[in-house]
Amino acid sequence: MEYFLQQLINGLTLGGIYALIAIGYTMVYGIIGMINFAHGEVYMIGAFIAVIAFTALGLLGLTWVPLSLAIVLMLAIGFTAIYGWSIERVAYRPLRSAPRLAPLISAIGMSILLQNYVQVLQGAKIKTLPPMIEGGLTLMQVEGFSVRLSYLQIIILLLTVSLMAAFSVVIARTPLGRAQRACEQDRRMASLLGVDVDRTISLTFVMGAGLAAVAGVFVTLYYGVIDFFIGFLAGLKAFTAAVLGGIGSLAGAMLGGLLIGLIEAFWAGYFTVEYKDLAVFAILVIVLIFRPTGLLGQPEVEKV
Amino acid sequence: MLSVAGIRTFYGQIEALKGVSIEVRQGEIVTLIGANGAGKSTLLMSICGNPQPRAGRIVFEGQDITRLSTHAIVRHGLAHAPEGRRIFPRMSVLENLQMGATVADPAHYADDLARVFKLFPILERRQQQRGGTLSGGEQQMLSIGRALMSRPRLLLLDEPSLGLAPLLVKQIFRTIAEINQREGVTVLLVEQNAFHALRLAHRGYVLVNGRIALAGTGAELLANREVRSAYLEGGHGAVPA
Repeated sequence: MEYFLQQLINGLTLGGIYALIAIGYTMVYGIIGMINFAHGEVYMIGAFIAVIAFTALGLLGLTWVPLSLAIVLMLAIGFTAIYGWSIERVAYRPLRSAPRLAPLISAIGMSILLQNYVQVLQGAKIKTLPPMIEGGLTLMQVEGFSVRLSYLQIIILLLTVSLMAAFSVVIARTPLGRAQRACEQDRRMASLLGVDVDRTISLTFVMGAGLAAVAGVFVTLYYGVIDFFIGFLAGLKAFTAAVLGGIGSLAGAMLGGLLIGLIEAFWAGYFTVEYKDLAVFAILVIVLIFRPTGLLGQPEVEKV
Repeated sequence: MLSVAGIRTFYGQIEALKGVSIEVRQGEIVTLIGANGAGKSTLLMSICGNPQPRAGRIVFEGQDITRLSTHAIVRHGLAHAPEGRRIFPRMSVLENLQMGATVADPAHYADDLARVFKLFPILERRQQQRGGTLSGGEQQMLSIGRALMSRPRLLLLDEPSLGLAPLLVKQIFRTIAEINQREGVTVLLVEQNAFHALRLAHRGYVLVNGRIALAGTGAELLANREVRSAYLEGGHGAVPA
């Protein structure tokens, strides 16, 4: 029971991080019907900005964690938003009316480009960050095994949940969210009603990039080790999360992310760490066999 | 109010409009009739810049809108209820109407919504229902209502009667007349139902193979022998009233 609880806490933390990345995949897919394979790299860039910014703030003598965390989050979101915007502008917009395969290939190209760009600028060695937020709560202690909820986990969980809630409200209630959903359902009609479709698509990339940046900052804090290649596997898993939840569905991405995190944590906790990725992808395959549209994805039922 | 001068629009290599000129004056209902594929919908879409004509000029209220992008054109005060209605299927009726108000002054929103609900009371009852689940007639009302939400001075309507039961067709045409007379909205109407359209319109144009073949008042065209034989007698869409 104690062990179960501990894995649950770890799984939810990890799952929240995946969910933040998955939202970017699902939103971009929703609006332009294409998988942004460079999205994992945006997350990786967010993580690098976190390492650089935390180190720089440390050198400047700013060690009060709440302030430095806030500054780093803002820097990471700001810079990756620029990357997200530029990726769309350079790699996807020129191919908007091209056959579907073309933007897919340029997405993969963009992903390789960004990996190599960071490798050239930052070197291929891993980057480390000393633990910034230490300590935590001991929830339970039975026969020498204690269930711990670290302060960092609390911060990650709280921020993730509030970001996801805020995001859901933006999509469901604001004119911007409505315009995004309109572009998703009928881009041409949206433009006939006065929606600037290009701008709406750009903003979608920017929003997705911002959330991926937050995930990047969290991962840096959580594991303390990053390299230029982390975007690949994290991106793949977040993509899996989006598909598992039902690609195009915001709630699905959140649910899928949490599930992937939990599956990973429990598999690693009860079976073997080596095969945790196998478990994740196997479950994806099984779910898709029985529910091809994902858990919350809906087949389009429309009356003509 | 709207002047289209010699526009030529292409789909790839195919020339869909081969130099079309029409005039729409303030307060009029002008109708475009013609067979399938004559270029009627293309003309309406070209006015909205999607696709943009390769040659010619479109001037709306004194401003050249030929090279503007679609979302900029509709900001000038024209609205389009396009072919096939294009309701956002996974949005509620209310959200569809809110989308219609994208370029409108938010201060008008409550007034405009009340106006649309008065015109189409069924929409008020269905406002929380998803657009995709409405019947064809309801979708048509929603499509017109959505276009009216931006307070357009010129309303482009593409086949509002398509696929509707005769009783509904009459109702839609009555509403178009009402929008024109009571609200002072100028209307450019594309119809296959030439009989109804010509009776309603002040003037009409007959489009054949991407060219204007005939122009005149509604009554003139109704009386014209070629029009009668091609579009009214035995032709599709000719519903005797």
